[in-house]
Parts: sequence; C-alpha cells; structure tokens
Amino acid sequence: MPTFNQIKAILSQKTVGIAGAGGLGSNCAVSLIRSGVGKLIVADYDRVSPENLNRQFYFRKQSGMKKVDALRENLQKICPGCLLQMHDTWVTKDNIELLFSVCDVVVEAFDEADQKSMLIEYMLTNLPDIPLVAASGMAGFGRTDQLKVVQSGNLYVCGDAQSEISEENPPLAPRVNIVANMQADIVLQLLLKDVV
Amino acid sequence: MKIILNNRPENFEGDSLSVSKIMEIKSFHFKMLVVRLNDKLIKREEYETTDVKDGDDLKIIHLVSGG
Repeated sequence: MPTFNQIKAILSQKTVGIAGAGGLGSNCAVSLIRSGVGKLIVADYDRVSPENLNRQFYFRKQSGMKKVDALRENLQKICPGCLLQMHDTWVTKDNIELLFSVCDVVVEAFDEADQKSMLIEYMLTNLPDIPLVAASGMAGFGRTDQLKVVQSGNLYVCGDAQSEISEENPPLAPRVNIVANMQADIVLQLLLKDVV
Repeated sequence: MKIILNNRPENFEGDSLSVSKIMEIKSFHFKMLVVRLNDKLIKREEYETTDVKDGDDLKIIHLVSGG
C-alpha cells in the first residue's frame, strides 16, 4: 500500500464526475476531496431543503441555496485548493458528454431510477471507456450486510438493489453514507490501480 | 443450459433462451433494470431478441430510486 503522499500525488492529477449532489453525491464528494482527488465535476439542479439534512452533506444555514453552491462552499472548507467545476443543471442525454467526457471516473448519484437508467445506458453506449460507479438500494436502516457491489465490465452498482426510497422507507444518513463511501472507495481503487 | 446469473450458477431448460424469457422464469418484473450479457449492455428493446446460451454470464441489476 503506498503512503498517503504517494496516493495524493496520483489523485491530485485525476478528475471525477459526480452526477447528482444529494445524499450520495454530496457525501461521495467529501470523501473524494478528503482523499486527495484533484478535480471534481458535479452537476445538480436542486436546492438545499431542511428534509435533506438527515443525510446530505449540507448545513441548516444553507437552506434555500443551490446545492452546487452549498457543496462548493463545504468542499472548499476542506480543501481550498481543489478544483471544483459545479454545474447548476439537469443532467440529460444532451449534456452528459459535455459534462463528463473528460473524467477519469463518473459516479452516478441520482435519485430517480429512470435517471439512473438513462445515465448508465448513455455512458455504457457512448463513453464505454470511462468507469461508471452507480448505486441502487439504500433506504432504511439495518441489513448493512446486504449492501454490496456488483461489477460488470466498467459498470459498478453499489447498494442492496432492492430498498427503494419512499415515505414508508426513508433514506437515513448511515446507510446512504455507507453506499456513498462504497462508491468513493471504488473510485479510489480505479484511480490507484496502477500503484497497488 | 447452464449460465451464471448474477454471479450464481443456474440451470435452464433448452439450449438458448431470450433475455425476456429468463426474466419471466426468474420473476424479474422490475421496471428499471440494467441487463449485461457477457459484459455487453442489452437495451430494453433487445430483451426479446437477445438470446442467452450455455456458459453465458448474465447480470440483471434492479435499479431502485434513492440517492
């Protein structure tokens, strides 16, 4: 295992895309920035609201702010020198290439299943050489042993693939954070594969 | 025929079955899925027409909302 300085030297040259800055995206971004990733490209159209605070990396005073602005603020407090390209936008088939084609790895951090499906299908078809780390199934609490990673070629899917978020099955910080960090950990494995 | 379905060996009748037939047999009735056959993406419109044969590696991943 290389030293942190060696790891940081490599990660500082890498660019990671994160589609969505909610429960998965915001927490994944924090772990990647702390680990030393040099540049993040994040896209989200939404604003911070009080209901988000049970799992998303935002603070009460940031209520009402655009998530990309609030996240930039938070990440810069951890790493003032990190490059953050934040996009206040919906991610669609028309802008995926524009947003993420320069990335070494992309993290799928959307909320809606059809958005997940859209991004996975687009990336695997049009940008097949960029590894995609997606997530599916993280609601509720307990059963953390069911959170796993399924890999197929350049696609990784983290979660239990069944716990859908709903009124009866809300998202909570621990499980969401575990999945967000499983994603971040896979990103590190991919970015550091030449040194281990 | 014997295939690997979601990392587990499974047996099916016959020499080949369509992806949609396998989904029916195994009750994969989910709305949003990712299907990968031998690490190749199979789109929804191709489920009926794509055949799975002996020795294939099939992954059917359920995509649920949340994140």
